[in-house]
Amino acid sequence: MMYLKAFLVGGLICLIAQVILDNTKLSPGHVLSGLTVAGGLLGGLGLYDKLIEFAGAGASVPIASFGNALVKGALQELNQNGLVGVLTGMFEVTSTGIAAAIVFAFLTAVTFNPKS
Amino acid sequence: MRLEQPPVIVGAAAVAGPVEAQGPLGHEFDQTYPDLTIGQTSFEKAERQMMIDACNLALKRAGIEEKPPAVDYFLAGDLLNQLITASFSGLEVGVPMYGLYGACSTFSEALAIGAKLIDGGFADRVLCAVSSHNGAAERQYRYPTEYGSQKKPYAQHTVTGAGAVVLAAGGEGPRITYCTTGKVVDFGIADPFNQGAAMAPAAVDTIEAHLKDTGRSVDYYDLIVTGDLASFGYKMAVRLAAERNLTLGQNYRDCGVMVYDLSRQNVNAGGSGCASSAIVTCGHLLKEMARGRLRRLLVVSTGSLFSPTSFQQGESIPTIAHAVALEA
Repeated sequence: MMYLKAFLVGGLICLIAQVILDNTKLSPGHVLSGLTVAGGLLGGLGLYDKLIEFAGAGASVPIASFGNALVKGALQELNQNGLVGVLTGMFEVTSTGIAAAIVFAFLTAVTFNPKS
Repeated sequence: MRLEQPPVIVGAAAVAGPVEAQGPLGHEFDQTYPDLTIGQTSFEKAERQMMIDACNLALKRAGIEEKPPAVDYFLAGDLLNQLITASFSGLEVGVPMYGLYGACSTFSEALAIGAKLIDGGFADRVLCAVSSHNGAAERQYRYPTEYGSQKKPYAQHTVTGAGAVVLAAGGEGPRITYCTTGKVVDFGIADPFNQGAAMAPAAVDTIEAHLKDTGRSVDYYDLIVTGDLASFGYKMAVRLAAERNLTLGQNYRDCGVMVYDLSRQNVNAGGSGCASSAIVTCGHLLKEMARGRLRRLLVVSTGSLFSPTSFQQGESIPTIAHAVALEA
């Protein structure tokens, strides 16, 4: 059942992005940051975690989850350390993702050459 | 503009990359390469190698064996920042050079300027060359290949290849009889993937100006080719021409459509790039003229004059097209 929910929710997020990409003049970069901001907004309202609870990886894998994690980290640190926490907290939860992206991108660039 | 003593194309050559080699004109190209890197360490170096190969082959065809070659000028252009392909090839060619940028219209631009240099008595022989490379151009204008961005069906595939032509004051071969220099036009299209639509008005504008200037009709030519409008831009050009009471019919084709098999090859709407009109003309059409199957040919290379900076700042894409008439 969880698989089905993950498939439907994850697929729906990707479908929304694809429809935007195909029918507007927005570039892949716009869609990427748009989804991140949308995830951040939903996270701020406390809705995104409920979506992850419901759909598991279907909601935690798409980029919107990254926006959610940014906001969640900032809010956590805000509660503990005050206003400065908004800045320090943003990358607290997301540092795994960012570090992984940098490391894997580096390894790929070192190992492979572009072809066509 | 009519050339008083029409210069002669005494040698031409086209070299092409792997996708073009598998296309319907693959057997016509003078040299093809099995992969995009051509044994070089970068796409940019590969493009340079193609331009040098095309120049050497064209000079050989023209019977010019000396080093540096016995030509008065080298006119060359490409799509990369600061014309690095043309300039670095100029170092290799070793004759006085003018670098040209007309985006994908550079091929007919070079032919027109070369022809005028000769007709004006400023040169006896001119070497013209243009090139484009899929990997290098995608990185330059859109997204690097590694980014893996999705393409829309009207997007075009930059042709990997280079074409070179040797023009001379006399000799055997097709002659450049007329040149029509295009004006910059802007149809308000701001999508860098939709270049065919952006360039179609420029092509029609130049064809109309050419026919008006020469008093010729569309039917005068056995074939009129545009450079790289591809399938969407081609249809748009036919429609725009009809609005201006010009019927572009059976004798009108587009090099970006001719260079690939659109039903079989994964190239979206067709080819683009300086090499599109250059390799189709040098590789195929000039040979058709030599075979006697074409006598009068109008080459209208089309260029979109945007830069990544201009479209990122939301500006639309100005375009241009230059026409040269080749007659056997």
